[in-house]
Amino acid sequence: MQWEAVIGLEVHVQLATQSKIFSGASTAFGAEPNSQACAVDLGMPGVLPVLNENAVAMAVRFGLAINAEIPEYSVFERKNYFYPDLPKGYQTSQMAQPIIGRGEVEITHGEGDARLVRIHHAHLEEDAGKSLHEDYHGMTGIDLNRAGTPLLEIVSEPDMRSAAEASAYLKALHAIVTYLGISDGNMAEGSMRCDVNVSLRPAGSEQLGTRAEIKNVNSFRFVEQAIAFEIERQSEILEDGGRIVQETRLFDPDHGETRSMRLKEEANDYRYFPCPDLLPLMLDSAYIDHQRTLLPELPSEKRHRFTSELGLSAYDAGVLIATRPLAEYFEQVHAICGNAKLAANWVQSELMGRLNHDSLTVEESPVSATQLGELLVRLEDSTINGKGAKQVFADLWERRGESADELIEAHGLRQVTDSGAIETMIDEVIANSPVQVTQYREAPEDKRGKMIGYFVGQVMKLSKGTANPQQVNTMLREKLDALL
Amino acid sequence: MHDKTLAELARGLAGGQWTSRDITTALLERIERLDPTLNSFITVTGEQALHDAGEADEARARGQAGMLTGIPLAYKDIFCTEGVRTSCGSRMLDNFVAPYNATVVDKLRLAGTVSLGKTNMDEFAMGSSNENSYYGPVRNPWDQSLVPGGSSGGSAAAVAAGLVPAALGTDTGGSIRQPAAFCGITGLKPTYGRVSRYGMVAYASSLDQGGPLARTAEDCAWLLNVMAGHDARDSTSVSRSVPDYTSELDKPLDGLRIGLPREYFGEGLDGGVDSAIRDAIRVYESLGASVIDVSLPHTELAIPTYYVIAPAEASSNLSRYDGVRFGHRCDNPDTLEDLYKRSRAEGFGEEVKRRILIGTHTLSEGFFDAYYRKAQQVRRLIRQDFLDAFRQVDVLMGPAAPTPAFPLGETADPLQMYLQDIYTIAINLAGIPGISVPAGFVGQRPVGLQILAPHFAESHLLNVAHAFQQATDWHQRRPDIDGSEPA
Repeated sequence: MQWEAVIGLEVHVQLATQSKIFSGASTAFGAEPNSQACAVDLGMPGVLPVLNENAVAMAVRFGLAINAEIPEYSVFERKNYFYPDLPKGYQTSQMAQPIIGRGEVEITHGEGDARLVRIHHAHLEEDAGKSLHEDYHGMTGIDLNRAGTPLLEIVSEPDMRSAAEASAYLKALHAIVTYLGISDGNMAEGSMRCDVNVSLRPAGSEQLGTRAEIKNVNSFRFVEQAIAFEIERQSEILEDGGRIVQETRLFDPDHGETRSMRLKEEANDYRYFPCPDLLPLMLDSAYIDHQRTLLPELPSEKRHRFTSELGLSAYDAGVLIATRPLAEYFEQVHAICGNAKLAANWVQSELMGRLNHDSLTVEESPVSATQLGELLVRLEDSTINGKGAKQVFADLWERRGESADELIEAHGLRQVTDSGAIETMIDEVIANSPVQVTQYREAPEDKRGKMIGYFVGQVMKLSKGTANPQQVNTMLREKLDALL
Repeated sequence: MHDKTLAELARGLAGGQWTSRDITTALLERIERLDPTLNSFITVTGEQALHDAGEADEARARGQAGMLTGIPLAYKDIFCTEGVRTSCGSRMLDNFVAPYNATVVDKLRLAGTVSLGKTNMDEFAMGSSNENSYYGPVRNPWDQSLVPGGSSGGSAAAVAAGLVPAALGTDTGGSIRQPAAFCGITGLKPTYGRVSRYGMVAYASSLDQGGPLARTAEDCAWLLNVMAGHDARDSTSVSRSVPDYTSELDKPLDGLRIGLPREYFGEGLDGGVDSAIRDAIRVYESLGASVIDVSLPHTELAIPTYYVIAPAEASSNLSRYDGVRFGHRCDNPDTLEDLYKRSRAEGFGEEVKRRILIGTHTLSEGFFDAYYRKAQQVRRLIRQDFLDAFRQVDVLMGPAAPTPAFPLGETADPLQMYLQDIYTIAINLAGIPGISVPAGFVGQRPVGLQILAPHFAESHLLNVAHAFQQATDWHQRRPDIDGSEPA
């Protein structure tokens, strides 16, 4: 049978506030264990939470970015369960009345058109601490630095149908939160964590199958791997006439597989109820309008502008908007050189190629957008040719010079476009190549095109690469054809 | 010195009749002599108190004294006090030394008061007799075979016995007003949100409110002046200016409209209490007040509503006592589950466990709507009862408790015990302020008159209570305790 996968994601985004969601302790990553947990984070007797307004502002900006309903009134609730890294014995979260209602995220992948994934809601909550099982023989270490870090949990509708779509959705969310500056989006440090719900149904069916929830899927690649594995696992069971059990599974990145963690029957009863220590959160339209003024141009808006106004392909636009720094780099290069396609090509091939090779981010690029833009200006106005431009780029990368113009002068790369000078060189090459000239003259017409390459090469060599190759080509053909 | 009011002590300090060290020394001596029997303190911080008293006297010598500088106080052991054990009357926190002060403790320290220590209480403020303390029951200074009431029983007994002029308590369902009534003193529960809850160990967060227990309404006013106000660390504290609560104390009561809720004078009310309260009402009539019969129709739902909401919140609030970070931990746990189960089984007493179980049940899937949601709906009706009544009258009056203090060990049935709070509990559900003032005796057992006012009308409430204390001397009666020997 043909099976269709139905996929929904729950993504926890760590918000980039300076302090925690309900206390004044710092949220910086990587500090000594328990050095960034105050009395409130430790759940000491008598302490009370105070909501961090910055976390609220960030959630609202996310809501605006996904065109979501933002209710006037939302409520914090307590999710009760016991775990050693959960200091109060409950997590303060939102359930019945979350801060962000229904919205939508535009995704694109491959050559396909953009489509929308519906967002069910997004809610604010506090993170738990970490249990450290290694390094303690027969014991568990507890680090509460992370306890109370603000999270925005974004829950999608089950709108994705393939691992690639799920990954594209996660990338789109990543782009939105990093464009908004509400998260650093660092998946390796856990700033974005993903739980995946997967079920299968016969193709064409409208009914949902029984789902498995896969926890701890924390990279774009793992999302694809976990879903691919899960689709395979579930379809095998269904093909054999078996039934899927509703369960929570854990993704094991070392083996690329998912494993059962607990069955639905073993799930906690979290006994949600409104947190009596926090007042309901009221947001008026003036506040929301103010947050709207703080929104940057969003990735989907940039994509549309890059294709419709700059004439880039959907693919190029998709690559360039992936992160805000990359898009802004491209835009600066374009602003200087004025040729969007040229700028797009250079950013994607030369720049990104070298960045990937050296494992650098665009912010760490040795070549600034201004430097690249100025280099492309010289390519555009034919001061240098493509080969020279690549040489200058390599020099800029190695920091052998400050600017393209300086390097062009230093290496004498200024292109020769003076036809008198080129003609002199051509005459010299023809004079020195009697054998090749004879061969050219005797060759049938359709072979001559290829043979001209030799003469072009000789002229370029003579010019030390500075002659305009196009011009050399045209003039050579005229000269040689005149000898026929 | 021990039978003076806080205001009298303050005036004596200001007039140079005595120093804070004089008072503190005398009271510490008295605690040492009498408290082994009364058991009203869990921790006495004598050395610190003498040191602080010395500093208060020095501040006064420099001309830097305020009204309360050098006044000794005691805190119910539910208020976190930096560097001093905060047990909450529980084995669970027997080893817990708070690393910070509750906001009200900070405020009162800043005002120059001197803490003598931490008073006994029902474990986690759950109880109406102070018999639920890990540190043993408190005895009523009027008759040591009687309970002092609860849960702020230690604070009430200490003030009544003249061990301290005033003490702080908390009131979730009557825990300031009922022990104040049983011990013949004055106890004020402010409006919910008027006093910060930060650093007050939570029992039921939407009901808990800290307040003073003292000899007079005037003393309560002086303390509330310092305690009240918005606290950035408590989101439920109200941002509203704090008046001088002493400024209206002496206003005449001409034209005061007193409502008597008929539900507060029905079945179950002790005859002696009933007649004492009716006598008190007549005093008010003689002061120019008129009396109006009113109804609070949802009164009978207050106890069941409270016993859904308070345990639900408590079951969550007390989850943090898991043996992991602080508090009691069982010996040699085998597994995580063993650690949780034994630490909590050993650390909590019976009543606390009972309420955790009730609360866990009412919040459970499938029961939430029938219990918690329904209780919240009824809570709104109860609140509306009071708002409606206050459209006809300025204050409501009635007994603080259905009986005077009862013998220790007599009430074993928890449901019977819960009925003790029948006149006090609805006030917490509505969030309004209430005060209990001494209003006579049944035999040797004090009776408390409860006065209720609209939200944030503490000034008026204290005015009404003060007028009664200007016209009567019940608040000046003292138990004959000095002759008694330790049992």
